[in-house]
Amino acid sequence: MKKVTISRRRFVATGAAAAVGVVASPYVSTAQSAGTLKVGFWDHWVPGANAAIEKVAKAWGEKEKVNVEIDFITSQGNKILLTIAAESQAKSGHDILSFPSWQPARHADNLEVVDDIMADLVKQNGKVNATVEYLGKIKGKWVGVPSTAGSQIKGPASRIDLLKQHAGVDILAMYPAGAAPKADGWNMETYLKAAKACAKANVAFGIGLGTTSDSVDSVGAFFNSYGAVLVDEKENITAKTDKVRAVMEYMKELTSVLPSDAPSWDDASNNKWLVSGRGATIMNPPSAWAVANRDAPDIGKQIWHHGMPIGPAGRHAPFLPYFWGTWKFSKNKSAAKSLIRALSTEAAAQSMVEASKGYDIPAYANFSTFKTWAEIGPPTGTLYHYPNPHNHQVLSIAAAPSPHRIAEQIYTQGLMTKMVVRYHRGEKLDSVLSYAESELEGFMRS
Amino acid sequence: MVDATIKNEGSVMRADRRNSLQKAWQRKSTIAFLMTLPLILLILVLVIYPALYAVHLAMLNKSMQRFVGLSNFSFLFTRETFWMVVWQSCIFALTAVFFKAIIGFFVAHFVHNIPDKGQRKWRGMLLIPWVIPPAMSTLAWLWLFDPSYSAFNWILEHFGIAGIPWLGDEHWARFCVILVNVWIGAPFFMIMYLASLKSVPEQLYEAAKIDGANWWQTMRFVTLPMMRNIIMITALFSTIVTFANFDIVRVLTRGDPLDQTHVFATWAFRLGIEGGDIPLGASVSLFMVPILTIGAIFILRDIVKRGNEA
Repeated sequence: MKKVTISRRRFVATGAAAAVGVVASPYVSTAQSAGTLKVGFWDHWVPGANAAIEKVAKAWGEKEKVNVEIDFITSQGNKILLTIAAESQAKSGHDILSFPSWQPARHADNLEVVDDIMADLVKQNGKVNATVEYLGKIKGKWVGVPSTAGSQIKGPASRIDLLKQHAGVDILAMYPAGAAPKADGWNMETYLKAAKACAKANVAFGIGLGTTSDSVDSVGAFFNSYGAVLVDEKENITAKTDKVRAVMEYMKELTSVLPSDAPSWDDASNNKWLVSGRGATIMNPPSAWAVANRDAPDIGKQIWHHGMPIGPAGRHAPFLPYFWGTWKFSKNKSAAKSLIRALSTEAAAQSMVEASKGYDIPAYANFSTFKTWAEIGPPTGTLYHYPNPHNHQVLSIAAAPSPHRIAEQIYTQGLMTKMVVRYHRGEKLDSVLSYAESELEGFMRS
Repeated sequence: MVDATIKNEGSVMRADRRNSLQKAWQRKSTIAFLMTLPLILLILVLVIYPALYAVHLAMLNKSMQRFVGLSNFSFLFTRETFWMVVWQSCIFALTAVFFKAIIGFFVAHFVHNIPDKGQRKWRGMLLIPWVIPPAMSTLAWLWLFDPSYSAFNWILEHFGIAGIPWLGDEHWARFCVILVNVWIGAPFFMIMYLASLKSVPEQLYEAAKIDGANWWQTMRFVTLPMMRNIIMITALFSTIVTFANFDIVRVLTRGDPLDQTHVFATWAFRLGIEGGDIPLGASVSLFMVPILTIGAIFILRDIVKRGNEA
């Protein structure tokens, strides 16, 4: 083997030439930033759904000559919350991160303002609803852009056959595929009557009363339908109002026909309740239906997604949007903003909706009529009303419109579900409301 | 001449220093220190620093921008839920440790009395609950208690008995988290007690037999005194671990229903990570430290005292 020797002079000359080469030809990129962009997306429940967002991000990276590194971060075990908390503390991490609903408000001081992006996106894609604005626009400034991936509506997902057979409710007539709802008679009274009839037939409504998000969102929607607010926008505690009393009375009656262990339900329990064939309805995005179609197709083809019953303060469906945001300390803000714009186009949103089999809900007004929702099945049209195409319902979130730092505590500690369970278990209403007041006083610390 | 003296003194001093350094290197305590240095560094980085950081966090306001001293703790003392969590943590830890100790003690005796040939198999099998990662085994328990698919309720219903809301009723839920903790932790007691039993000299039992001691007297005056230190240390260690338990409650109930199965760690997580109040969460988790420190001091002092008497 021939041995190659390099003289000291030659080594110095080669090194100097290489250094000049590096300085004279810097890396140029059209995304005004170049280099690598680190992205942390929410790891989707639906198998294959991550591929769509990955494809959009990679295509953008190739076009802009930016190396995109993607981490899919699960929300199992709150890993996404832990990641956000750790990055916020360390002032270092991903350039773009997916933020669950309450997180933009919690980390608003550390997030880059994206007013410019939102102004363009609203012009391009249509308005966003009030809940997106409440959660993403903090102190008048947008700190997050609504993400299609992960955003969901947790409206009723019901068994067509069981509702008709036991409660005489023809859900297909009220919510026909491809047409506007004819659900004027679908109100709190008819809902309760149907719940009682189904419980009597041993196929009870499956609404959780635990402290995880499905339970809180469901009970929160009933509170919103009655206009029952625990803390108003000016931080006044309003737990003892007539509206709160009215919803508590309603929930007491409803709870009496829910499964006895509903207070311990987590976000999987309601899905299992429907898929096992033991329940006539739950409140959930289409994941339960997708699992039923895979594991129990006879049940899956009987599931229909539809609107909430109307209450004294309107028809409120629980909406849980995700956001994309970039940290103020991000090293690649301009590239991050450019990618967020690319992820928010109609084509990108459509691909995410398709890959998630209709689960994902884009927040923009013009994006609620994609063909995926109209065509997917069986039964065909089950998701037609899921994205609220006729603006039939108000998309709201539990604990709004309380100030964020209080609302987040009400939500994460499941105060409303706890109030309902206490009342159901025989505690006097005034005592329950006093308990709620005491908890709310605690949530107000700053 | 003077120069020569100074030079000599200098070299003597240098030689002395070298000798003392050599002696220091040869000292057992120095070698021991150096050998434990990696572990000390690991503890500094992974235990001491996070603990001090938690103390720092516990003294900040909710938005972590202002030093507030001990006001997070004084705030906690005014909260009804906090005192409920203190009470539940004590019930959970003390009940679980008591049953783990009792079950561990009896099972250790049974295993001890099995002939050597088959004993290894039993030891291995009985250790399984302790060896499986608790998050995984608790998940299996969760399915057994599941509202829709509970195997226990399926069996009960076959006998015409109504299903039990295992995790939906606060009393049953508390029972379930303690049961799972006992199931996971009892083998640890068993193996510690078994090791202790094996170290009791056979002559003591023979002497007791000659003296006509019955089973209870042998247990009372031979076995228990010989096992006492192990019993105390195992109970102390298990109390600390059980007080700080997170995974069982988190997987099984998440503190539900109505916060009535929360222990310190799960409530700290709920407040700090899920609720976004990291300083308050840190304060809750630090509240365990004084309770456990006092317990540890008393138990260890007793063990040292008896060690000296012996």
